[in-house]
Formats: sequence, structure tokens, C-alpha cells
Amino acid sequence: MKEKLFKYVTTLAALCSIIFLFGIIFSIFKEGYPIFREVGLFKFLGGKSWHPTHYPPDFGILSLIVGSIVVTIGALIVSIPLGVGSAIYIAELAHPRIKEILKPLVELLAGVPSVIYGLFGMAFLSPFIRELFDIPTGLNALTASIILGIMVVPIISSISEDAITSVPKDIREASYALGANKWETIIRVVLPSAKSGVIAGVVLGFGRAIGETMVVLMVSGGAAIIPKTILEPVRPMTSAIAAEMGETIMGSSHLHALFGIAIVLFIITLVLNMTTELVIKKRMTK
Amino acid sequence: MVNEAIEVNGLNLWFGKKQILKDINLSIPEKKLTAVIGPSGCGKTTLLRCFNRMNDLNSDARIKGSIIIDGKDIYSNKTDPCSIRMKVGMVFQKPNPFPKSIYGNVAFGLHIKGIRDKNTIMEIVEKSLKNAWLWDEVKDRLNSSAFELSGGQQQRLCIARALATNPEVILFDEPTSALDPQATSKIEELVLELKNSVTVVQVTHNIGQAARVSDYTAFLYLGELIEFGLTEKMFTIPKDKRTEEYLEGKFG
Repeated sequence: MKEKLFKYVTTLAALCSIIFLFGIIFSIFKEGYPIFREVGLFKFLGGKSWHPTHYPPDFGILSLIVGSIVVTIGALIVSIPLGVGSAIYIAELAHPRIKEILKPLVELLAGVPSVIYGLFGMAFLSPFIRELFDIPTGLNALTASIILGIMVVPIISSISEDAITSVPKDIREASYALGANKWETIIRVVLPSAKSGVIAGVVLGFGRAIGETMVVLMVSGGAAIIPKTILEPVRPMTSAIAAEMGETIMGSSHLHALFGIAIVLFIITLVLNMTTELVIKKRMTK
Repeated sequence: MVNEAIEVNGLNLWFGKKQILKDINLSIPEKKLTAVIGPSGCGKTTLLRCFNRMNDLNSDARIKGSIIIDGKDIYSNKTDPCSIRMKVGMVFQKPNPFPKSIYGNVAFGLHIKGIRDKNTIMEIVEKSLKNAWLWDEVKDRLNSSAFELSGGQQQRLCIARALATNPEVILFDEPTSALDPQATSKIEELVLELKNSVTVVQVTHNIGQAARVSDYTAFLYLGELIEFGLTEKMFTIPKDKRTEEYLEGKFG
């Protein structure tokens, strides 16, 4: 009797997350769908001007998509070498005692609230970038990329480190026995064997960076234009939603457009998550 | 007259505080097959791994004594362990191919050696696979993953991989313990043929295998070398009582 009750309660708990998920999907599609009918899919996705409060308004989100992609790719350029590099160091090279300290520290970086990253970016990095390049504002795509990159490092690092650590000892020994040194063994045997795990970490990092809102809201500058260089401000999709949601009127096209952006963002992250799952599954079966 | 390939002088080895090998003195003859036998835990694999300095990978290991290969002490400060391992190849207990293609596995040691010329590499890959009796089975799929091969084929691939760098000595650490009888006999025959061109040292816990394939046998017990000599002699008239009892199966 008790066991049955336990089973029902846990089943209900599991069902809840499914209900929440479908509830969210349903509501964003319901609220976002009208904008596609009003503006048209291609004009919405490909339109260069985003003037939701003008009369007549423009609802083209290309500059927002480009903004998101620029800061996300910038973040990966920062975080992949740092994340994979620190994973190699922690897994392969660090003395056990250093590893014991370094590993939790890197993971602690993942626990820092994003608003604190944003504060750091606004107060310290952005003035530094402004002076370094002698530009009018330090709140731009570069600053956002660097801060997002630092946020993503622990994700890439910890997943890559797990993958590197799980490379079996016997193929490392095979490499040493053929006269390879430590460096050659890491580059030629360990990393290729851990490849799918490292890729999974990078994909998760991508998802984290493209979905991050607070940091980009605070440091990306917020201009809805397609940037010519990374030293210009951008307005990623997430910050557009967060910044404008409070100003919209229920049932207005602007509101529908923000939900439309949410749909685009949701689809991007969904595709990414599914790819990661597939990559990880392929790795398990190998 | 038999030349010696490996000369071991006063070799002692500790893992932490535990002494694994005790004052081993041994001359392993060139281009012969020497078997190292003994009950589990007697240090035979550890001894084998001294010959290519694989014990260096264990930070607990401490070694005293010398091992002379090619007139040089491989444990002298001047010796680079990587250069030793190119001269002294190794095949492990379980087949351990790299997650690369068949070609990539055999070419690995050549890349490490710094050989870049594609034709040279292909020639050596073909020759090594032929010498490991694998060529005919894989010549049409050199770019397939090594994991598609059976266990016995994988082990022969590992032998080809070890042969590719043209070593003077190949160490076999119970190479058939993870294989079925058919694959085992094929590897045994292959090893017999290999000793025509290289010195082979093989650890085995299978006394029958030692008797079948080896020219010389070393019997190790509790970290000491009890007896070393021609296999024929040792298996008919063992000098030491412990050797006799081990060969008769009284312990093991």
C-alpha cells in the first residue's frame, strides 16, 4: 500500500515537469503565433529593422538574431580554449593536490549568479575595453562575449574533464609504449578519444550562452542594429525580450513579436539539446 | 654462441614501501623467445615493464640496479624513456587498439618517430600488417575503425603496431589471456615466427604455453628469480624444488 502510494506520488512529480514543459511550449506558441501571421515568417526573421514602438512599427528580428549569434560565438571563442585547456590541465597534468583545489574552484565559477558577472562587466571590463580601443562605449558585443565566455568556461571544462578522465588507461599505455611522450599522448590519443564528450560540453556551453539574459542585458549595449565590428553594441534576443516585456500592452503586436522571438530562441536551444543528446548517446554505445 | 639482448644487473623495484622485485640478475638472449613464468603476483609483469620503463608511469615506483640494452643502461639519467620504448615494443594483456582506423593504429608509432612521407608510411604499414598475419583480412578496409575487428584480429593489429617502429625487442604481457583458443594458437604461432627477427620476451601464466613456444624460461617466485635456463632443461630437470613444484601444479 505504502509502496503504491510512493509510486503514484513520484509519477505525479515526473508528470508535472512534462506538464510544465508543454504548458510553456503551448503558451509561447499561442502568444507568438499571431506575429507570424501579421508580419510573415520571412519578414519577421529576415527584417533588418526592429522598431516595435514606432508608428507604423517594424518587427524584423534579424539584428537581434545576429546579436545573439555574435555574442555566443564570441563567448565560445573565449571559452573553448580556456575550458578545454583547463580540462586537460586538471585531468592530465595537475598534481593531485592542485587538482583537488582547482576542480571545485572552476565549478564554483558556475555557481556565481549571472547578475554578478554582469556587474563585473559593467563596472570593470567595460571601462577597460572603452579605453583600450578608444571607443565611445565599452558596453558592446566584445564585452558581452568575454563575460559570457567566462561564464561558459566551467561548463566546457567540467564536461571535457569527465570525458578526458574516462579515456581508458590501456590506450594511454599503448601510446607510451610506442615511444610517445605525454604531450603526444594527450594530443594524438586522449583528446581524439574524448572528442565527443568535449563536443557535448561545447554544445551545452553554446546553449547556456545563447540563452543567457542578465549578462547581455547589462553589458551588450542594447542597440538593435546589425554590428559591423564586435566593438559595436548589440541587442541579443534574450535582452530584447527582458527589456521590452514590461512596456508592452496585452494583446498588442509588440507582445506577440516578443513571444515570436521566444519561439525562435526555444527552437534553437531545442535543436541544440537534441544534438547533444544524440552525440552523448552515440558515445555511450561506442 | 648466443648474444644477449637484455642484461639485468641487481634489479630491485619497490611500489611505495613494498618490494616487488628482489635482486634480479638475468641475461636475455637475442632473437630467442624467453618466457617469464610464475604464480600471480610474483612480479613477472612488473619485471617485463622494467624493460621498456613502463613502470616510470607509476609515481610510486622506485628502481635500483641496471638494465643494459644495446650496450647502454636504460635507467641511466641520460636515457630518454621514449627512445627506449621505440626500441622495445610492447603488446598488452588485453587488445588495446586506439579508437582510430586500422591504418591509423599501425602508422601511430611512425608519426611519433617523425616519419612524414606517405609512401614510406604506407609501405611500412603494409609490411607490418603482413608480418602480423593480418594484411589479407584487412587490406580492403584499412580506413575502417579498429574496433570492427575481432579480439584476435585486434591483438594482431597491436602486434603490427608494435612491429611498425622496427623494434629490437618485443615484450608480450600475457597476450592471449583475453582470447579464445583459436585466436590464441594463431598468436602463439605468430610469436614463434617473430623470434626469427626480434628478441621476444613473453610473460605467461600458462605453463603449457611456455613449454610450447619458448627457448628460455625464467621462473619468478615472490619477486625473486628462482631459475633461468633453456626451457627444455628446466621443464625436464628443474634445479630448484620450487620450480619443480610450480611446474607440477602444486601451487600457482
